[in-house]
Amino acid sequence: MSAPHATNTPDPLDSLLAQAQRLASGTTVRDRIVGDIYRSSRAICKAAVRYEDKRKLASTHKLDRILTSKLWGFPIMLAVLGVIFWITIAGANVPSSLLADFFGVIESYLTAGFEAVHAPAWLHGVLVLGFFRGTGWVISVMLPPMAIFFPVFALLENFGYLPRVAFNMDRLFKKSGGHGKQALTMSMGFGCNAAAILSTRIIESPRERMLAILTNNFVPCNGRWPTLILLSSLFMAAGVASGLQTLATALVVMGFVLFGIVVTLTVSWLLSKTALRGVPTHYTLELPPYRRPQIWKTILLSSRDKSWNVLKRAVIVAAPAGILTWILGNIYISGDSVLQHMAAIFEPFAHAIGLDGYIIMAFLLGLPANEIVLPILLMGYMASGAMVDADGLGNIKELFLDHGWTWLTALNMMLFSLLHYPCGTTLFNIYKETKSAKWTFLSAVIPLAIAIGVTFITAQAARALGWV
Amino acid sequence: MNTYTVALAGNPNTGKSTLFNSLTGMRQHTGNWAGKTVLTAEGDCVRGGTRFRLVDLPGTYSLYSNSADEEAARDYIIFENPDCAIVVLDATSLERNLNLALQVLEMTSRVVVCINLIDEAEKLGIRIDLQTFRQRLGVPVVAISARHNRGVDALMELVEQVASGQLAPHPTVLTYGDEIEHKIGELEPLVRSALGTRYPTRWVALRLLDGDEGLLASLKKRLHDRAMPQSGKEGEIRYERTACH
Repeated sequence: MSAPHATNTPDPLDSLLAQAQRLASGTTVRDRIVGDIYRSSRAICKAAVRYEDKRKLASTHKLDRILTSKLWGFPIMLAVLGVIFWITIAGANVPSSLLADFFGVIESYLTAGFEAVHAPAWLHGVLVLGFFRGTGWVISVMLPPMAIFFPVFALLENFGYLPRVAFNMDRLFKKSGGHGKQALTMSMGFGCNAAAILSTRIIESPRERMLAILTNNFVPCNGRWPTLILLSSLFMAAGVASGLQTLATALVVMGFVLFGIVVTLTVSWLLSKTALRGVPTHYTLELPPYRRPQIWKTILLSSRDKSWNVLKRAVIVAAPAGILTWILGNIYISGDSVLQHMAAIFEPFAHAIGLDGYIIMAFLLGLPANEIVLPILLMGYMASGAMVDADGLGNIKELFLDHGWTWLTALNMMLFSLLHYPCGTTLFNIYKETKSAKWTFLSAVIPLAIAIGVTFITAQAARALGWV
Repeated sequence: MNTYTVALAGNPNTGKSTLFNSLTGMRQHTGNWAGKTVLTAEGDCVRGGTRFRLVDLPGTYSLYSNSADEEAARDYIIFENPDCAIVVLDATSLERNLNLALQVLEMTSRVVVCINLIDEAEKLGIRIDLQTFRQRLGVPVVAISARHNRGVDALMELVEQVASGQLAPHPTVLTYGDEIEHKIGELEPLVRSALGTRYPTRWVALRLLDGDEGLLASLKKRLHDRAMPQSGKEGEIRYERTACH
């Protein structure tokens, strides 16, 4: 006879669990347990540890008392963010136009060279107007802001500020049902969403990790900073006195970042109330001591690892895209170029959300990397008949205005860029990390739906109110 | 030669792995980045005719099953039942580190608390009264500097005494608020009748109150695995070793 007890063993455990659940219901047992343990630790340390010289320990604590205080934590965070943007925008302007001028001069030499050897017009078009101009644009628009933004951000990171950001944001994320460490992965997303997806491994609970993965896209990565920064400076700060334009641009970019964070929190909250229900888990966040960063090493390393890699990727993807765009823009079928035909297909939809067909196409072609959306758009515009001699930053605005841009187009392009689906690399990483086609699909569709929804609302509202 | 299993527990960045390396002489990576696959490094160390099998548990801040790391560390202490657990604390931030020690003490009494980085603490002017610690915790406490190989002999001596049973520490029971204590009081007898005393009943009760279903699943699996082969013995679970004295 087999023993009934052996097979029945699990049953008392089930009733035990039921009993425990009944006892625990309605109370925040974990908070109290953790609280009591901390209290004991504190009591023991108070009795057994003596500090001879508090000042030796104080510097980190003193700084933390300010940087993570309830009153000053957020204003300081915003100020730091604002200053970084301001430095980036103010510093990038001049080198950007210098680089653009430089590439313009090279381009004219190249053109002269092609003419001198009587090269066919299509070859000149593909290589110079497509390939060279495309890559030249990417470099002059993206390199200067990156060369400033990444080192500054890296300095802040090495100083030890990011864990403090996570500490400050923890409450907000917990309220929205996520994990405090989501603040860290989100900060990582400011650099690169694809890398940030990998960094969500620091979040232990699968539910909260999924929240962090699904919402990471809502903070602009380095591929999108140039779009935001360029469009803000061209369109958003136009009405401001010239001395304050940089500041106004920085404020607009910061506004977008904050909006992205609000969307992150809102989506986290909604998901944690619906598809990813659950209670946030506890964790201990270690605030490491502040360290004086090794300034030159940080700058060199971040330039090498981040700026250079991003630029390389952008150029590698943008170069063929430039050629493709030029070809599409110069093959004519019944009077219009292929590019114009394609843009025309998207036009009605694009118009409804305040964009145009070219922008939609640029976003579609830009799926592999956000870096190339703006270059593709510029190339598309340049290839579409109106050949502007766009060798200065001011001329970009002309180019946009020639294609019927208003402040609404710029605003919605920025909003769409901020909110739309993650880039191909990020999606690939999401698939690798979640091993789920469903969640990968959702991580693209949720942001896309939000992007379309938001831009639709702004477009319709602005038009209904007669603002454009 | 006697062989004892010794688990090393501690927060990340406490020099736990430095101690592990200096004891076992094994070269290995000592960083701690969550998301790294949970690996428990093992190494042998022979001291004065006794062999210690050291197991370097993943560095964690707590032993609730928040993460794979924490679960691995917790499961090792509860289910693998090491002869002694060393809890490594960072002398420069004892208040935070002590939380883990208190949690380990709820699980097993065979613990030696090891305050590492004592040299750094001294430099910062932190004076630690070991005697008070011993009284308050109820287990042996020793201060070391793993980096400078200071106090390591004393540590291993205590570990041997605890592992061999020569020294049987009586950890101070951490008391919670009245409400939780009341609930523990209600649940603990049930735990005892369902599981016996193989596992620390008070701790199991506490974990269950906390809604730790993962633990119950592990317990179930282990009970089931053990109950099956010895199904001849009706109405009795054989206890091989007790974790709690």
